[in-house]
Amino acid sequence: MGIISRGFAGRSREHNPELPPGQYLTEDFPVLSAGPTPRISTDEWEFTITTENGTVHRWSWADLMALPIEDVATDIHCVTRWSKLGTSWRGVSLDTLFAGVDTSYGYTMAHSYGGYTTNVPLADLLGGKAWIAFEFDGQPLDPEHGGPARLLVPHLYFWKSAKWVRGIQMHKSDDAGFWEQNGYNTYGDPWLEQRYS
Amino acid sequence: MTHLDGNVLAGPLSELFSVDMTVAVGRCAGCGDQSVLASAMVYESGPDIVVRCHHCDDVLMTLVQSPDDLRVEFRGIQMLRVTR
Amino acid sequence: MTTTAPVPTPSVWKVGVVASVHTETPTARSIMIDVPGWGGNLAGQHLDLRLSAPDGYQAVRSYSVASAGPGERLELAVDRLPDGEVSPYLVDDLQVGDELEIRGPLGGWFVWRPEQTGPVQLIGGGSGIVPLMAMARAHAASGSTARFKLLYSVRSPHDVFFAEELASLASEHFEVTWVYTRSTPTAWPTPAGRLTPAVLEAATIPASENPAVFVCGPTGFVESVADWLVALGHPAASVKTERFGGK
Repeated sequence: MGIISRGFAGRSREHNPELPPGQYLTEDFPVLSAGPTPRISTDEWEFTITTENGTVHRWSWADLMALPIEDVATDIHCVTRWSKLGTSWRGVSLDTLFAGVDTSYGYTMAHSYGGYTTNVPLADLLGGKAWIAFEFDGQPLDPEHGGPARLLVPHLYFWKSAKWVRGIQMHKSDDAGFWEQNGYNTYGDPWLEQRYS
Repeated sequence: MTHLDGNVLAGPLSELFSVDMTVAVGRCAGCGDQSVLASAMVYESGPDIVVRCHHCDDVLMTLVQSPDDLRVEFRGIQMLRVTR
Repeated sequence: MTTTAPVPTPSVWKVGVVASVHTETPTARSIMIDVPGWGGNLAGQHLDLRLSAPDGYQAVRSYSVASAGPGERLELAVDRLPDGEVSPYLVDDLQVGDELEIRGPLGGWFVWRPEQTGPVQLIGGGSGIVPLMAMARAHAASGSTARFKLLYSVRSPHDVFFAEELASLASEHFEVTWVYTRSTPTAWPTPAGRLTPAVLEAATIPASENPAVFVCGPTGFVESVADWLVALGHPAASVKTERFGGK
């Protein structure tokens, strides 16, 4: 613990019941990334779900657009302590994408264009809790924010909402993704402040 | 998201090494490029840092800094060399 | 490529006391800090600054040091970032006598040492002038006769850091050229505009003289300039960069 810097409060970490512990409100949408921004056109974009027996379920951009699209209003919480309340997204529910997928495994690894990975239990992707999102605030998702499409799992810290998502691989156990291998919490519940392992 | 240079690693890495590591030469396991860490590309997510090869973009190292510890993963560095 | 013994980097946090503050531009100020145990620094080095809030929250940021040489007083120059967490505090709230935690001096790569005798081209964008100012000061203080040239790109005359001192440093060994990107001084011979490869070539020491080049500024500025320099024939190894982030 260092000396207190007179007059320094940092971001206002107000006691707002809508804010998880340690978070502050932001009006803008900070861009954080672990690497260069991939530029993927919707023509070349595809999304896959791969099961334990090697079956690959595959969707092109046109396939995705032909599925039921949901409006999502949600709060998002970044492990770097900013939170945005009442954000609006559009996307396809993972319930829709998993409807025809036969798996007995309980864990998943999301893979992104650019090589990023993050692990999410299957139960946290289903039941209306996660989407493949391609619109933010009524606009196509900007590449800096993960466009053309990102995983959206807003009840977990935002590093789980993998930008530039391109596939989900079923796993038997809860193997660690990119940040999880390096000291981030394996689950990442913002309300329990599960930042680090 | 814009990146920074490896120069910014000097402070955090001083907690691990007794000499300035930004002038150390590292070899990328991905492409074999040998460069000083100062010329690597650094992406910051708050206090956490991803260091990438300026030649091939592969991850060289990650630093995760919590209030209690600094955790450094040497994911893609095969070799480090410092001048005596 | 000179090789020098690595500098030890003390990882301990020292306590600095603000000795004075000075307004540089409408959005920036320079800050003099006394740091017992600092021990001086090389021109171009930086430090890590740690601020702690009463509830235990801490923020760490890296800042280039504008001063160089021995002694326990150092100078920072900080530009307020619109959505910054630390820079608004440093520019608007910090007062003389306040204490800050400092780790450094840091970094042995983006530095100029007075024993280097070859020509040096400094290229700064906005607050990227700060470590280059340390080099210009070290150059003058050491009586070096190495050819030094600074290309300083700013939005307008109001955004210049260290304006008077830069004017006073001009000599047969140190020349400053200016690029104004949005507005120029009155009667300026060229209209305001962003730096271009042609202007860069005309205003800098040519690759044929093999200068050491130091480029510092916003990430986009540094990347463009570094690419143009290589295209002009400067070896990539001669171009050292320090990105400040931002657009």
